[in-house]
Amino acid sequence: MIEMQDVTKKYPNGVMALSNINVTIKQGEFVYIVGPSGAGKSTFIKLMYREEKPSGGKVMVGGINTAALKQRSVPVLRRKVGVVFQDFKLLPLLNVYENVAFALEVIEEEPSLIRKRVMEVLELVGLKHKARMLPTELSGGEQQRVAIARSIVNNPKVVIADEPTGNLDPDTSWDIMRLFETINERGTTIVMATHNKEIVNTIRRRVIAIENGRIARDEQRGDYGYEA
Amino acid sequence: MSKGVITAMKPRTLRRHFRESFKNLRRNGWMTFAAVSAVTVTLLLTGVFLVIMLNLNKIATDIENDVEVRVHVNLEATQAEKEELRARIEALPEVESVKYSSKEQELQNIIDDMGSDFSLFEQSNPLYDVFIVKTLRPQDTPHTARKIEQFEQTETAVYGEEKVENLFSFMKTARNVGFVLIAGLLFTAMFLISNTIKITIFARRKEIEIMKLVGATNWFIRWPFLLEGLWIGLLGSMIPIGAVSIGYYYAEQAVSAKMSAHFIEFIGFIPLVVPVTALMLVIAVFIGTWGSFLSVRRFLNV
Repeated sequence: MIEMQDVTKKYPNGVMALSNINVTIKQGEFVYIVGPSGAGKSTFIKLMYREEKPSGGKVMVGGINTAALKQRSVPVLRRKVGVVFQDFKLLPLLNVYENVAFALEVIEEEPSLIRKRVMEVLELVGLKHKARMLPTELSGGEQQRVAIARSIVNNPKVVIADEPTGNLDPDTSWDIMRLFETINERGTTIVMATHNKEIVNTIRRRVIAIENGRIARDEQRGDYGYEA
Repeated sequence: MSKGVITAMKPRTLRRHFRESFKNLRRNGWMTFAAVSAVTVTLLLTGVFLVIMLNLNKIATDIENDVEVRVHVNLEATQAEKEELRARIEALPEVESVKYSSKEQELQNIIDDMGSDFSLFEQSNPLYDVFIVKTLRPQDTPHTARKIEQFEQTETAVYGEEKVENLFSFMKTARNVGFVLIAGLLFTAMFLISNTIKITIFARRKEIEIMKLVGATNWFIRWPFLLEGLWIGLLGSMIPIGAVSIGYYYAEQAVSAKMSAHFIEFIGFIPLVVPVTALMLVIAVFIGTWGSFLSVRRFLNV
């Protein structure tokens, strides 16, 4: 599903964010990306949805070589990948339903299909009854659920999450994690950068630790390994 | 979801882009107003300038077509020598027609034009007998005049050279000044449109970021902004088109009533207003879409 071969990333300001990264993530896996701040986690994540291009090596996502991808073909990749952020990135003037539907509208889906899919995913994240509410009327956890619903509404093969629980209290974080587990059980690959030691050590999954731009550790059912 | 990026736009999508573009116009009302006003002023001046230049051009062409060589006949020439001169002029290939006007007729013309003060000269007429020569093509006038000048019994051969050349050089200057002025105004209008679109884009950057993340195509993102620029251009062209059309309708009537005696004629209403309106629309569409295209390209990185 995701394959990185000898990937390096050097930013124009000279910072070497990643070097010699070799990783294979199979379809249906659940992977944590851990490591200290500034170690290269975010760059690693950004390479997967082509927010950044590698300076060297190859990044394959769902059969697409992102480094060779032309600017105007980036949408092809983005439609195969769902993205979730720490700050939710919801549109404040649109209600819950509209926020989720937006992702399908801008890729020009059929209106009847949009209605069906949006209600399905709102059901899945447990917010069907709040479909008409605005993001500001929701709690942080609920907002993140809306963002997750939006990321999966077009059935992507992989969901990439960058610190999805970073802004949430512990109880809410567990709810969000359960939601990611449900999505993963349905066959979607999950790649999640996180700082949450408790979660990583409790919901045991593959852990890739990145330090100083290199992979320091890659363990199935690993632990967080850092002092929180 | 493995289908590629859609290229052909669906009608539903087009409707959405229209909706979004109108929403943008409303959202930055004052910037929209400023940009529309800039287009209005630019096009108004462009339109008036065009109308004046086109008419001056027509008048100049009319005058040029009226240019004739006036051949002053030697005062001592006999009747037979005059006939011979006439025959030689008529034999020139460039010549279309030759008309004779005696010095008495010439004086009468002056008295008619200038008033009876000139009837004093009836006692001792200082004028020449004149052959009025028209050439087939106006540009043949100068060298035909020179040829006739060589003939015996020709005193001088003159044509309205200065009159035409002065008009042409005036027009050239007016045209250059006008173009510089209009180019400056076009630039200003485009800059204002570009800035309006920039503000729109800035206001919607979060929306655009999400659109890009979920896989909207670049053109999908671009369309509403291009349409917004197009509306600004078209809105800005309404007043100038109306004003120039109505204004010219009355100007043309007034001129044709007053000036027809002087053989000055403006271009007719329809033959002028149709192309000028078309040109103003083209300019409006161009500065509108190009102005927004520039800021979309710079701001969206798409």
